[in-house]
Amino acid sequence: MAKRGKVNLARPDWCKACGICVEVCPVEVLELGPERIEIAYPDNCVGCENCELSCPDFVLKVVKENDE
Amino acid sequence: MTNKILSEQDKTSDRVMLLQGDEAVVEGGLVAGASFFAGYPITPASEIAEGFAQKLPAQGGKFIQMEDEIASMGCVIGASLAGEKAITATSGPGFSLKQENLGLGIMVEAPCVVVNVQRVGPSTGLPTSPSQGDVMQARWGTHGDHPIIALSPSTVKETIELTIKSFNMAEKYRIPVILLLDEIVGHMREKVRVPAPAEVELITRKRPAAEDRDNFYPYLETADHIPPMPDYGEGFRYHSTGLFHDKTGFPRGKTEDAKKLMDRLMAKIEENLQDIIIIEDELQGDEEIIVLSYGSTARSAISAVRQARELGIKAGWVKLKTVWPFAESYVAEISNKVEKIIVPELNRGQLIGEVKKAAAGNAEVSGINKYDGTIIPPDEILTRIKEVSK
Amino acid sequence: MVEDIDRYLREDKLPHIWCPGCGHGTVMASILRGFARSGIDQDKTVVISGIGCSGRASGYLDFDTLHVTHGRAITFATGVKMANPDLTVIVITGDGDGAAIGGNHLIHACRRNIDLKVILFNNNIYGMTAGQFSPMTPTGATATTAPYGNIDQNFNLCELAKSAGATFVARGAAQQPRQLIRIFKKGFAHQGLTFVEAITQCPVNYGRRNNLGGARDMLNWQKEHIINHRKYQDLPPEEKEDKLPAGILYQVEKEEYTEKYQQIITAAQESDDQ
Repeated sequence: MAKRGKVNLARPDWCKACGICVEVCPVEVLELGPERIEIAYPDNCVGCENCELSCPDFVLKVVKENDE
Repeated sequence: MTNKILSEQDKTSDRVMLLQGDEAVVEGGLVAGASFFAGYPITPASEIAEGFAQKLPAQGGKFIQMEDEIASMGCVIGASLAGEKAITATSGPGFSLKQENLGLGIMVEAPCVVVNVQRVGPSTGLPTSPSQGDVMQARWGTHGDHPIIALSPSTVKETIELTIKSFNMAEKYRIPVILLLDEIVGHMREKVRVPAPAEVELITRKRPAAEDRDNFYPYLETADHIPPMPDYGEGFRYHSTGLFHDKTGFPRGKTEDAKKLMDRLMAKIEENLQDIIIIEDELQGDEEIIVLSYGSTARSAISAVRQARELGIKAGWVKLKTVWPFAESYVAEISNKVEKIIVPELNRGQLIGEVKKAAAGNAEVSGINKYDGTIIPPDEILTRIKEVSK
Repeated sequence: MVEDIDRYLREDKLPHIWCPGCGHGTVMASILRGFARSGIDQDKTVVISGIGCSGRASGYLDFDTLHVTHGRAITFATGVKMANPDLTVIVITGDGDGAAIGGNHLIHACRRNIDLKVILFNNNIYGMTAGQFSPMTPTGATATTAPYGNIDQNFNLCELAKSAGATFVARGAAQQPRQLIRIFKKGFAHQGLTFVEAITQCPVNYGRRNNLGGARDMLNWQKEHIINHRKYQDLPPEEKEDKLPAGILYQVEKEEYTEKYQQIITAAQESDDQ
C-alpha cells in the first residue's frame, strides 16, 4: 500500500486511553502509554486512517505527507 | 417561516360572527398571527383543532395532528423555535400529559400558547362538564419553580381578546402562555365581532440582528431579562437545553447558574405585572362585599352582584382575566377596603387560597364551590351575598 | 483523506463526557463525515436530542441544537421540520430514549414519512443512569434492574421502522465507521423518514456487567455478528440467529410529509381565492 499520510496526535489531551486505535491499526504504529496513546513507530504508518475513523475522542488525525 | 398570504382586505376588515368559545380561540388566534397548530383530539377542546385544521393552510399556516398530547406540546415548541407563532389546545387529561414539555418550553423560553378547555377531573372525570379544576395545575403543573402566565376568559368575546393577548404575551416575554377556558365558555355560542388584524396591537418576538451572529449569546441577561431570539436556520447555531444553563445556552453544572437563570425567568414576569395582570371590576367605592371570580363563573357573579345592588346591598364584583401571575397586590388593597370577599369557583377551592393569602385576614374570605359538573347559578351567589351582608 | 470535521465540532465543549471506549464518539464522528460528504448547509441544519448518553451529542455539534425531554426529540423535530421544511433536521436518540419512552413517536414519525434523520445510538443499555435494561438489552443479559437476567424480548428496530413506514432504513456499527459514513451520506440525501440504527459499545455499564470484555472485545463481537446484509441473506437460517444485517436495508421513494402538506396549503389557498 502506498503511503498516503501519517498519523498525528491532533488532540492528545482528549485521549481516554481506550485502545481502540491500537486494535484497528493494521500495522504496528500505536502503543498505549501510561496515560494516553503514543505514536511508538511512526515510520510503520501506512496512512489507512482506520485510527482516525474509529477514535471516539477525536484525538488522532492522519495528515498527508506533503502537508507536514 | 410561513408565508402569510392574508389579503389586504383580510387584514383590515372585521367580521361579526356567531361563535363558540372554542371557535373564538381559532378566530382570535388567526388575528394574532397564529401560524402553527399541533394537537390531539380531546373533549371539549377538539373544535379548536378542527378550526385550525380548516383555516390555517389557507393563510399559509400549518396544522398537524400528533400521536399524543406529549408530542403536540413538543411539536409546538419545535415550531416556535423555528419561527412560528404556535398553539396547541387540550383539556384536563391532555393538560396533565403536556406538563413535562411545558417545563422545557419555559426553560428554553419558547413562545407558545397552550389552551386548556377545563373539564371535571381528576382522571377521565366528567369529560363534557365544566370545571375550573386545573387552576392550580396551570400554576404548578410542571415540576420545579417556574414562571407562568395563565389567562381565563368568561365569555366568547373575551376569548377572542385573551387569545390575542396570549400570543402577544408569549411573544413578548418568551414564555408559554396558558389560556384557561372551561367547558361552558368553550361550547357556548355568542355573537361577537372579530377584529381585523390591522386594528389590534400585535407583538412578535424580539430578534437579534444578523451581524450579532458571531458574538451571539442566546440566553444573554438583558435589561428587560428577555433575550432576543433568532429562528432556526438563520446561522446563529445556538444551543438550548432543559438543563440549567448560562448565557451561552450550555450547562456548566454550577449552582450559581441555576439561581441566576431562575431569577431571570421569574423577573421577566414579576417585573411586568402591570402589563400582564388584567382585571375588570365594577366598584362604586362603598363596597362591603366583593365577589371575586374568573372564567365562566364570573357571569353568574356579575349578575348576582347587580341584583344585590338593586336590593341595596353594597356589593361589587371583580373579574380576574389573568389568573397567573395572581393579582396579589390588587387583592391585598381591596381587602383593606371591604369586609367580605366571596370567591365562587368550579372546584373545591383553588384560587381562594391565593385570595386568602393576599387578604391576610383583612377581609373575611369565603368560597362557593361546585365540583360535580354543574354551574354556580346567580341565585346561589346572591343568597351568599345576602347571608354575609347581615 | 477523510473529511475534516472540525468545523462541525464545538471544540470548547469537548472532550465529551462519554466513557473511555464508548462507541458514541465514533458514531458521532461518522455522522459528521457523512454530513460533510452530503454537501448540506451547516446553517440550515438542526440537531435535536433527548436524554441519556446519546442526548449529549447535540451539545458537541456546531449547528442549531436542541436538547429536550426524555424520549421526545422526534416530536420537537417534527415541529421544526413542519415549520421550515428547508431545514435538515437530525434526531439523535438512544435505545432507551428512542425505543422505550420515545417508541411511540418513532413509529408515528415513520408512519408520516416526514423527512427527519433519526439516528438511534443502540448500546443495549441505559448508560447514563448506570446500567438498567432497555428494550434493546438482549434477553438473558443482566442489568442493574435485571439482576437475575433480562426476560424481555428485544425489538428489531430496523424492521419496526420499515413496517411503520420509514422510507430509508439502515443499520451500522461503531466497528465499521466507513460503512456508517456511507449510510449517513446517503441517508442525509434521502427525502423522507430516515432511520439509522447505529450499534455502539458500552463497555462500562453493559459490557463489564456481562463479561463481554473491554471496548476492543466488544468491537470484535460487532465484527463477528453485524455483517453486510447481502452476506446475511445468503446465510442458512441457523447461522442468522445470532447475527444482524448491516448496510442500507431498505430504501424507497415516496412522497414526503411536508411536501404533502404544502399541497394542502396550495389547494386551500386556491379554493380561498375562488
